[in-house]
Amino acid sequence: MSDTADRVKKIVTEHLGVEADKVTEDAAFIDDLGADSLDIVELVMAFEEEFGVEIPDDAAEDIATVKDAITYIDKQNA
Amino acid sequence: MTGLMKGKRGLIMGLANDRSLAWGIAKQLHEQGAEMAFSYQGDALERRVRPLAESVGSDFLIECDVSDMDALDTAFATLKEKWETIDFVVHAIGFSDKNELRGKYLDTSLDNFLMTMNISVYSMVAVTKRASEMMPDGGSILTLSYYGAEKVVPHYNVMGPAKSALETSVQYLAMDLGPDNIRVNAISAGPIKTLAASGIGDFRYILKWNELNSPLRRNVTIDDVGGAGVYLLSDLSSGVTGETHHVDAGYNVIGMKAEDAPDIALEK
Repeated sequence: MSDTADRVKKIVTEHLGVEADKVTEDAAFIDDLGADSLDIVELVMAFEEEFGVEIPDDAAEDIATVKDAITYIDKQNA
Repeated sequence: MTGLMKGKRGLIMGLANDRSLAWGIAKQLHEQGAEMAFSYQGDALERRVRPLAESVGSDFLIECDVSDMDALDTAFATLKEKWETIDFVVHAIGFSDKNELRGKYLDTSLDNFLMTMNISVYSMVAVTKRASEMMPDGGSILTLSYYGAEKVVPHYNVMGPAKSALETSVQYLAMDLGPDNIRVNAISAGPIKTLAASGIGDFRYILKWNELNSPLRRNVTIDDVGGAGVYLLSDLSSGVTGETHHVDAGYNVIGMKAEDAPDIALEK
C-alpha cells in the first residue's frame, strides 16, 4: 500500500471516528462511512493540509471514495 | 494577563468546528476564565460543537435556528432558565447560497439576497435585542465581518452588502444600548480557511493575495482573532463600542500591490 493511501486512511479514520478496518479503498465516504456533507468539506481541507495540494470544488465533488481521494492526491503530487 | 473573563458568562453562536473563528475566540475566553454556552443549528453541527464545548468545560448546548424568531425566543428562554444574566455574546453567523458566491453580484437572486440579509444581518439585531435583556449590568456583544463589506473582493458578492449592513447595524445597536453600558462591536478578520470560507469561489487566491500584500506579509489565524475577541469582550475595551476592529495583518490600509509581492495568477 502506498504512503498516500496510509495517510489518507489515517485522516479518514480519525476524522470520521470509524474503525480502521472499515476504511478500505472502495469505501464511499457518505454511503459506507456515514459521512455528511460537512465531513466531506472538512476531509478535503484535511487532505489539502496534509499533502500540500489544492483540491478545487469541482474536483472535490468527484471524490466519493477513499480510492478517489488517493488517486487525486497522487496525481497532483506526481 | 490571566483571568480577564473570570466571573463572566456568555453565549457563543455559530461555532462549526475547530477551524471556526468562533472557536479561536472561545478557546481564549476559556483560558481567561469565562463560562460559556453554545448554540448550534441541526444535528450535524451538534455533533461537532459538543466535543469542542466539552473541551472548554461546557455541557450547555442550545439548539437555535436564528431565522426563526420563535426558536430564538425559546433558545434565550432556555439560557435564562439556567443563567439569570449574561455578560457577553459572540455572534459568528452568516449564510448565503454558495452558488451565488461566484460569478457576478449582478446576478444575485431576490430569494438569496433576502435569505443572506436575514441570516447574516437581521439575526445580529434579533440576538442583540434578546441578549441585552439579560444584561442588567452591561455587557459586550461581538460579531464577525470581513473587508468585502468595505471594498469589492472577487466572489464575495452578496455577502459584501450583507457585511456592510452588519457593520452599520453594529453602530446603530451600539447607540441604542450605550446607555445600558452594553457595547456592540465587530471584528473584521482577514481571510481564514474555515468551513464558511470553503463556499467562496477562488478562496485560495484571496488567501494568497492577502498573505503577499498585507503589511505583516502573512495571513491571520483564529488565534489572532481570539486575542482581539478577548479584548472586545472583556473590560479591557470598556471605552470601545460601535467599532469594526480589523484583525487582518493590516491589509485594509493597503492601496496597491506591494512592490516586493510577486504577480500571482489564478490557478485553474
